[in-house]
Amino acid sequence: MTNLINEVIDNRYAVTAVLLFVIGLANMLLQPNLIKKVVAFNIMDSATFLMLASRGFVEGRVAAVLTDGGADVSRYVNPIPAGLVLTGIVVSVSVSAFSLALIQRIYARYGTVELGELLKLTKKEKV
Amino acid sequence: MPFVYNLPFFCVFLCMVTAILLSAAKSARVSWYSTLGAAALSAVLSGVLLMYITRADEAVAFTMGKFPAPLGNEIRFGPMQALLAVCFSSVQALSMLGGRRDMFHDVEDKKMGLACVMLNMVLASLLVLTFTNDIFTAYVFIEISTISACALVVAKDSGSTLMATIRYLFMSLLGSGLFLFGIVLLYSLSGYLLMPQLSSALSELMVSGDYRLPLAASAAMITAGLGIKSAMFPFHRWLPDAHGSATTTSSAILSGLVLKGYAVLLITMFTRVFSLEAVHELGLGTPVLLLGFLGMIVGSLYALREYHAKRMLAYSSVAQLGYVFMGIGLCTEAGIAAAIFQILAHAFTKPLLFISVGRLSCAAGHEKELSALRGSAWSAPLAGIGFGIGALSMIGVPLLAGFTAKLGLASASISDGKMSTNVVLLVLAVSSILNAMYYIPALIAIWRPAKERVRLEKDRAFAAGAIALIAGVLIFGIFFQPATELITRGLELM
Repeated sequence: MTNLINEVIDNRYAVTAVLLFVIGLANMLLQPNLIKKVVAFNIMDSATFLMLASRGFVEGRVAAVLTDGGADVSRYVNPIPAGLVLTGIVVSVSVSAFSLALIQRIYARYGTVELGELLKLTKKEKV
Repeated sequence: MPFVYNLPFFCVFLCMVTAILLSAAKSARVSWYSTLGAAALSAVLSGVLLMYITRADEAVAFTMGKFPAPLGNEIRFGPMQALLAVCFSSVQALSMLGGRRDMFHDVEDKKMGLACVMLNMVLASLLVLTFTNDIFTAYVFIEISTISACALVVAKDSGSTLMATIRYLFMSLLGSGLFLFGIVLLYSLSGYLLMPQLSSALSELMVSGDYRLPLAASAAMITAGLGIKSAMFPFHRWLPDAHGSATTTSSAILSGLVLKGYAVLLITMFTRVFSLEAVHELGLGTPVLLLGFLGMIVGSLYALREYHAKRMLAYSSVAQLGYVFMGIGLCTEAGIAAAIFQILAHAFTKPLLFISVGRLSCAAGHEKELSALRGSAWSAPLAGIGFGIGALSMIGVPLLAGFTAKLGLASASISDGKMSTNVVLLVLAVSSILNAMYYIPALIAIWRPAKERVRLEKDRAFAAGAIALIAGVLIFGIFFQPATELITRGLELM
């Protein structure tokens, strides 16, 4: 039991990331509200970024920015995950913007963002 | 390095620059024609590359930027990638030609420029997904392709496309989220993003047996993510709405090409990164095979009860992607080769069917119910012939591309020599019968004797697109030998 607890504490970032990812995933599948779905997607992505950033972090080192300390590699954390997280954030922001624009359009047309009501309304439209 | 090896990058760059320039274009015509030109030019350049690289018989890693291998970014291409690029670019151009009238009818003039931006971005992302040698680049372009594909659905502004797009978008986001988490796990296990380095690190892990669970989890997440995006059964529910309600060109490109981009990436991940033995050992082959079976059967059953022509074609895409996943799930070289041939064959056949239905429904006053299309082939004979050839190819009539693809899958399962052979053959037979059960009645319906013919304006663009696609279907059906040899060689060079 203490083993398990120690393991969880050692891997606390990964555990948190997985929990957040599952929360995001479940909400994305089950949430009927479109805006909340976008939020869920962002939680899911943030969990991945947490995972990435924590993998590149080394205790007691600083960000890979050249200062007066010189180019000694052992002072810095791994900069590649940080670069990946930045790219990932850009992607997730643009996707969120696109989905929010789409939802705005749906709201203007139907006056609701609940998936169930929307499906009813579009069914009526077809008949 | 010969100059020709710059062409893959140039094709991608061409599409992206055209997209950026077009976002400022005002005239609908200018943007449509320059998009067509970009796709055609990219097809020609990829053709040159294909000729050169087949003669040189090698696969090339092309360094992007100034950092060499383990740090920098690379693209990697051999005969197979070049062949896929030719296919993707030319089918994109032909689908645009075939759906030209519908596109100018469905998309507002003001928005045409933006729709063309998205068409260019779709092609660029497809090419990158084929060429890339870096898993993070693959992720970025998966998202670019998601956004542009969704925007192509919503280009025809109506209530049903809005709803279809939002469902498509959320399903896709789920898929790319899973893929991203999968590659992050891979990166934290190996420390590499480039596929060759990643692959050697993973094979060490496979031998030592360390981290088996995270490795299996990441492979499963990557497969599931890409599976959701290429409409693997049971994740196909978004597809019929999205592909059925979009404008003709969009449906043709989404069904014929965009789904394939992810399948090609999955094949690259399986062969270049994990290696087929590892995929089998991690226990992924059988689930993919079974989901492929289910997709083939259930997709066809849904298509059977559909009365809307385009939705029927969309469900048939689910079944056809089932064939691809079945080939991948066999986890043999022959199975993968057959899956790639199926990708090529379907990439020519399905756009042909979509543009033919688009033209036929023009004759029926833009109605797309099968009942309204009755007898419409007499008003648009070329579209009728195109639909006929496409339908027969889907059923698997000899001399057409679909038959060769099924033959390849069947012989791949036989040379495999496992228990699954009988099941594969049985499912292939059943799904062919199911295909016939909905394509033959549709074919008979559109060729029913009609009392009066609608006089349609001549549409040269459609004629050119349809004839070229028919030629493609016939070439892959009759002269398939060079293509299969290229694919086999390409897989060896992967």
